Amino acid sequence: MSPVDGIGIDNRDLPVDRAVNEGRVPDRSPQEIPELHEVDCPEELRRRIEELMSKYPDRKSASIPALWAVQRLYGWCTPEGIRQAAAVMRVTPAYLESVASFYDLLHTEPVGGHKVHVCTNISCWMRGGDELLDAFRAAAGEDADLFVTGFECLGACDIAPMASIDERYFGPLETGEAATAIEQLRAGAEVLPEKALEKRPLPGGPDA
Amino acid sequence: MPETRLLLKHAEDPALRTLAGYRGYGGYASLEKAYKEMEADEVLKELEDSGLRGRGGAGFAMGKKASFLPRGEMDKYLCCNADESEPGAFKDRELMQRNPHQLIEGIAIAALAAGAGHAFIFIRGEYDSQADVLDAAVAEAYEAGYLGEGIRGTRRDLELVVHRGAGAYICGEETALLDALEGKRGNPRLKPPFPAVQGLYGGPTLINNVETLSNVPHIVRNGAEWFKGFGTEQSPGTKVVSVSGCVRRPGNYEVELGIPTRELIMDLAGGPAEGREVKAFYPGGSSSPVLRAEEGLDLPYSFEAMAEAGSMLGSGSIIVADDSVSIPHMALRTARFYHHESCGKCTPCREGTNWTVKMLERVVRGEATPMDLDIVASVQENIIGHCLCVLGDSMAMPVGAMVRKFREEFEEAIAAASEGAPAVAERIPVVQGAPETLGAST
Repeated sequence: MSPVDGIGIDNRDLPVDRAVNEGRVPDRSPQEIPELHEVDCPEELRRRIEELMSKYPDRKSASIPALWAVQRLYGWCTPEGIRQAAAVMRVTPAYLESVASFYDLLHTEPVGGHKVHVCTNISCWMRGGDELLDAFRAAAGEDADLFVTGFECLGACDIAPMASIDERYFGPLETGEAATAIEQLRAGAEVLPEKALEKRPLPGGPDA
Repeated sequence: MPETRLLLKHAEDPALRTLAGYRGYGGYASLEKAYKEMEADEVLKELEDSGLRGRGGAGFAMGKKASFLPRGEMDKYLCCNADESEPGAFKDRELMQRNPHQLIEGIAIAALAAGAGHAFIFIRGEYDSQADVLDAAVAEAYEAGYLGEGIRGTRRDLELVVHRGAGAYICGEETALLDALEGKRGNPRLKPPFPAVQGLYGGPTLINNVETLSNVPHIVRNGAEWFKGFGTEQSPGTKVVSVSGCVRRPGNYEVELGIPTRELIMDLAGGPAEGREVKAFYPGGSSSPVLRAEEGLDLPYSFEAMAEAGSMLGSGSIIVADDSVSIPHMALRTARFYHHESCGKCTPCREGTNWTVKMLERVVRGEATPMDLDIVASVQENIIGHCLCVLGDSMAMPVGAMVRKFREEFEEAIAAASEGAPAVAERIPVVQGAPETLGAST
């Protein structure tokens, strides 16, 4: 089956589930809840999900946290990982897949280990967010370990243009700093320490 | 006028994040007072009397909302909406990062007023660092007996769970938030029943924004009358306002509601770069109808003044566009966001956002005719009020306002491109002004 290119919008690499376009057929019947002995779930993952379920009045509330746990373990929400979580939670894999495919931060396709989200929304766009995204793309090249994508507003318009690098915020960034950040990621060094959001003072200064 | 800091007071002190630091500034005294010296109804009355309005967008009276929950022994819930995802808004991030215990104390007191035994903070998945701060603070609060069973030696209990979302703007809509918290795709629900009657797990549920709940300890400590001494009659209190876009000092400023909008944009945030002028601004996040500089700058920054001007205070997030910003491109950028974030449940929103993006793309490519602008406008009218939630309206209102108020600019964009000006290929150019002149590194 040849993939249909895009769904008619210029999505600027916003996450689009390819399964939607390609009509991917699930490997197994989606209705069955797998048994634990069928899925070879790592002990640590099972314990983590059970602990998560115990925090809520209804165990299904743990579906997003459980998928986070799967993603942290495998790098993305792999079909096997989803089956393992489903077996622990006693829900169908299709149910968890429906949840995973709804949310932008949960990946149902393989992605690189380092995740760089560059905001391209209104305030960042005004201050050069598109150029910053291009610079990160150019610096990352074809490196499969780096996942660089444009993203909708990350809630940090005060440091526009900004990027979320491995779930930490950095800005305001010059386009040249994209290459620096990518080098630091590759070298396993601390990324742009002086541009970390946590180190930023209030714009109005200390209390008057 | 300088800032008036209540919620952001001492926020520069990193120790404020810790229980010891927070207590050092008098923190948790309100919780002790409410739990040990007050009846739940008294707390509720204090909140109602304060006139505190919701800071998440709708501006509904917080005490009144809490009073809608049925009385009596049953499983009731409180959800703190920390899914701050509206373009332009970043105040909740600041409040959680710098003062997590203020929020936890507010949640505990509000839960007492509402009779809720279970509380949740639904924080957007992107705020990983802030979720870590909250996790640490919640653990400290449990340890010190401010949460859990028998709070501070009383017979009152409260469980609080920090729940991370996974990236979906729609989850900031209160019923979609409930679905997401129940472990489903975040689709909005039909209202009524409202969450106060039937919300999380079918139980009565109070849903409030981070900033709203962060006000609660201050009201309980100092009283409703004190609180009403700040702001205007219809908009009491202070507001943490996120100012961003074409200004020199973007960031969060806490001010009394009702101060001139000009002071916020021009004085506190420093106004646009040298040689530039404010052209328009969103007064309350990307979903508020934009105001032209001449109609908006001299308005008081309050719920009522913004509503009267045909816009809204919303989440209190100002995005400033200076005269270098192309309004058709800004409209497209806005529409794309809502198109991407539409959950797809209701047709007017799913299709309306999609077609609006396509038509605005035609506009900036110079493929549209002036008649298309009327179609864009009519699509917006057909979205508003026709969906389960207001996500579609949130695009329709600002885009509709931009087409109405800057129609010449849309027509010029069409004419210029059709006369051979370079059409926009696969991406939209950034503002004509150079971003570096905006003082991005200050």
